[in-house]
Amino acid sequence: MKEHDDELDCSGLNCPMPVLKTKLKIDKMDAGKILRVITTDPGACNDLPAWAGKVGHEILSNCEEGDKYVFYVKRGA
Amino acid sequence: MSEKKKMAIIASQGTLDWAYPPFILASTAAAMDMEVKIFFTFYGLPLLSHKIKAKVSPSSNPAMPMKMPFGPKFFQGFDWPIPNMVSGNLPGFETVATSLMKKTFKNKGVATVTELREMCLELGVEMIGCQMTMDVFGFEKEDFIEGVTIGGAATFLDFASEADIQLFI
Repeated sequence: MKEHDDELDCSGLNCPMPVLKTKLKIDKMDAGKILRVITTDPGACNDLPAWAGKVGHEILSNCEEGDKYVFYVKRGA
Repeated sequence: MSEKKKMAIIASQGTLDWAYPPFILASTAAAMDMEVKIFFTFYGLPLLSHKIKAKVSPSSNPAMPMKMPFGPKFFQGFDWPIPNMVSGNLPGFETVATSLMKKTFKNKGVATVTELREMCLELGVEMIGCQMTMDVFGFEKEDFIEGVTIGGAATFLDFASEADIQLFI
């Protein structure tokens, strides 16, 4: 497990909720902080990077842990 | 920073299955920093009501798979061959199909239409109710949730003419 400042568990949620919840959560964080997002939605593997790219956040890593997908999202400016 | 991208959607259908796409796309676009407006017209207008009563109608969706949201996997995977003649005419079939679909959505972690609409509002999506449809179907502004604006074709087109994405759903 990498270092992170906050965590969001979206397990069980389907499109588009992981993206929406991540957006609302990261909005409350400061620039440069890292959010760990856990999801069970395989679609999020493409959706979260697509979203992050559009809004200027960075996906530091993206890995499978068992039946879950874990993302580390660094908040942009 | 460059000017925000814009998305204009017309929501013209009011069944449960057709209620999803406008709210899913609008909330996600807003999350992607786009300015979004949805124009609710004709059968889409009741989606602005305080309580969303949208149902799914198998009779107008001949390709709709009829599957059960419970039981073992092979049972859930079975597509029940219910002829349109039956599903379209059997009293109460719509109610049953609607509750089965809602159950399936819930099992799969899909948010309800009401939850997605709340997300849209929280993310700043503007919802416009069609004045003409209100007159035709007898809706008052009080029938709708707070924050809805009322307008007509020109209101929508004024925004849509400068939008990067325009969708008719």
